[in-house]
Amino acid sequence: MSSAVTGLKGRAELGVAHLLGVVGVLVFLDANGLVTPYSKSDPVGPKTVPFIVAGLLVVCAVLLAINVLRGGKGEAEGGEDVDLAHPADWKTVLPLAGAFLLNILLIDWAGWVISGTVLFWGSVLALGSRRYIRDGIISVALSLLTFYGFYLGLGIALPAGLLEGIL
Amino acid sequence: MDVWSSLMDGFSTALTPLNLMYAMIGVILGTAVGVLPGLGPAMTVALLLPVTYALEPTSAFIMFAGIYYGGMYGGSTTSILLNTPGESSSVVTAIEGNKMAKAGRAAQALATAAIGSFVAGTIGTTLLAVCAPIVVKFAVSLGSPSYFAIMMLALLAVTAVLGKSRLRGFASLGLGLAIGLVGLDSVTGQSRLTFGIPLLSDGLDIVVVAVAIFAVGEALWVAAHLRRTPLHIIPVGRPWMGKKDWQRSWKPWLRGTVFGFPFGALPAGGAEIPTFLSYVTEKRLSKHPEEFGHGAIEGVAGPEAANNAAAAGTLTPMLALGLPTNATAAVMLAAFTSYGIQPGPQLFSSQGPLVWALIASLFIGNLLLLLINLPLAPLWAKLLQLPRPYLYAGILFFATLGAYSVNLQAFDLVILLVLGALGFMMRRFGLPVLPLILGVILGPRLEGQLRKTLQLSAGDPAGLFSEPIAVGIYVIIGIILAWPLVLRLIRRNRPAAAPAVPSSPDSHAGPESIHHETTPVQHKQEKP
Repeated sequence: MSSAVTGLKGRAELGVAHLLGVVGVLVFLDANGLVTPYSKSDPVGPKTVPFIVAGLLVVCAVLLAINVLRGGKGEAEGGEDVDLAHPADWKTVLPLAGAFLLNILLIDWAGWVISGTVLFWGSVLALGSRRYIRDGIISVALSLLTFYGFYLGLGIALPAGLLEGIL
Repeated sequence: MDVWSSLMDGFSTALTPLNLMYAMIGVILGTAVGVLPGLGPAMTVALLLPVTYALEPTSAFIMFAGIYYGGMYGGSTTSILLNTPGESSSVVTAIEGNKMAKAGRAAQALATAAIGSFVAGTIGTTLLAVCAPIVVKFAVSLGSPSYFAIMMLALLAVTAVLGKSRLRGFASLGLGLAIGLVGLDSVTGQSRLTFGIPLLSDGLDIVVVAVAIFAVGEALWVAAHLRRTPLHIIPVGRPWMGKKDWQRSWKPWLRGTVFGFPFGALPAGGAEIPTFLSYVTEKRLSKHPEEFGHGAIEGVAGPEAANNAAAAGTLTPMLALGLPTNATAAVMLAAFTSYGIQPGPQLFSSQGPLVWALIASLFIGNLLLLLINLPLAPLWAKLLQLPRPYLYAGILFFATLGAYSVNLQAFDLVILLVLGALGFMMRRFGLPVLPLILGVILGPRLEGQLRKTLQLSAGDPAGLFSEPIAVGIYVIIGIILAWPLVLRLIRRNRPAAAPAVPSSPDSHAGPESIHHETTPVQHKQEKP
């Protein structure tokens, strides 16, 4: 694909076709690796449907690539808070994903109250709020509230982590 | 089974103080979350799923009934007061509804939407109670070949009919089917697409997939394009209608219901087409056609009724056949399976009390919706002003919480993020979300029916055509798939036949002009 990418700026949608193709090939290879003796009680076997799905994906990948090269374009989705006039704002999305990732890394070790606070606080900051103190208080309150709400109300024990014994 | 006595049993279950409270909580939560921009009914149900885990199934589904209708109603409030509908089914409501609101008639617009929803929801639920047992009676006679065909029809119809680009619809369907393959094969026990990760062998939890694609994908997508200028929200008092508004509303409500229910019950019906048909009809029949485009109350009353009747219609194939036809029904189906309940014809005999309690609480939820929402409308309007950073951070927060609480493992959050990124990409490049979700849910069941069918016919593919219903459905599928080709042929032949008027916009009369009219509605894909 590398040779194709250089000359095709603004055709990011080819990446979608690429992804479809890769997933299709993966599904095919995975199914091909299954070893199944023919059985009378299951003539279809576990391979058939993956092969069909792989075929569908690869055909879509090829057709989509052709469609994009011919100038076809998928229409980006609108919404109440979506303003498509400005380009994708990676300075918001990446920190947001970062906060999410941090939560994944922290949740089992530090516990939900801490990781949830990090998640909410980080997300609010990433999304442009600048009232650090108020946001922090809201984050801690939300995490504590959901922790006890889930424990007392639903009987689901979220991990307490570092705060084990305190909470 | 006698519908009336079953329904009365359902009411006696649903009307206990505790269950009534759950219905009330459901309606309030559903409306509150549904009003929030960016959150449609399917996401509302997906996000609130964990809240219901601690409840017994009956109470949980009573709450779902409230959430379902509440989420629907919340969406229409948003489109009337904001004029930027988040759901495809509210697009038409926004046309006249927002004009009415701007002309100072927001209270009447909200009132006709609320009362129309109540009327249509009540009639629609009655039709559901009457139709579902009939469908079940018919469905128990069907075998695997017919089920396979029906599921194929649902998948292909949703993919090919809704949305703008069929190609992108099928791409989305393929991804969904691939996600559905992950895990141990149910027949041979071999692991597929698990890449040696033991945590994947149980397959991906549908709740996690739905929350990832709907909530996380949506939050990331909005974050990338967040509108920095605040939207203008029209303040509103308590909804009410004058005598003249009633006179002008009641017929559109009834006509909208007639459009909505059958379309909702069809495999690819959805609410877009009936709301649009209702709008066009009201415009044609109105005594005040000049008001259309400037805030005609008929243009709110009809489509809103159609929307809610379609919501009730959708539940017919969901309960009777186990066939979800929109995103909300798909998530509800996932909820059923997480309780170990398999929707389908057997559901009415094996879980009769639960189903009838659910249907009864749809009636109750509908009434509660009216009683609660008329006085609370000003409060809901305030919710629209929630600062956006809190709103989208909150969506991520609760999405994480919901997905984590299913299995209490951080690995699910990794999947949540990866599939959230996929959801982001799909929104960016116009891949519809619905085919993916239906692919994940229906894919494994489709495969099961296929294998059962060919097992019965000892591997002979002719077994697929061994039931007349199945053959009939394949004919319908063929027509759906061939339709664009037919259109193209007609279009290609038309200009040649009438070359004298090539510049006239009417030269492509017939199917194309219809197609043009419907496009604005079909452009927007359904927002969960």
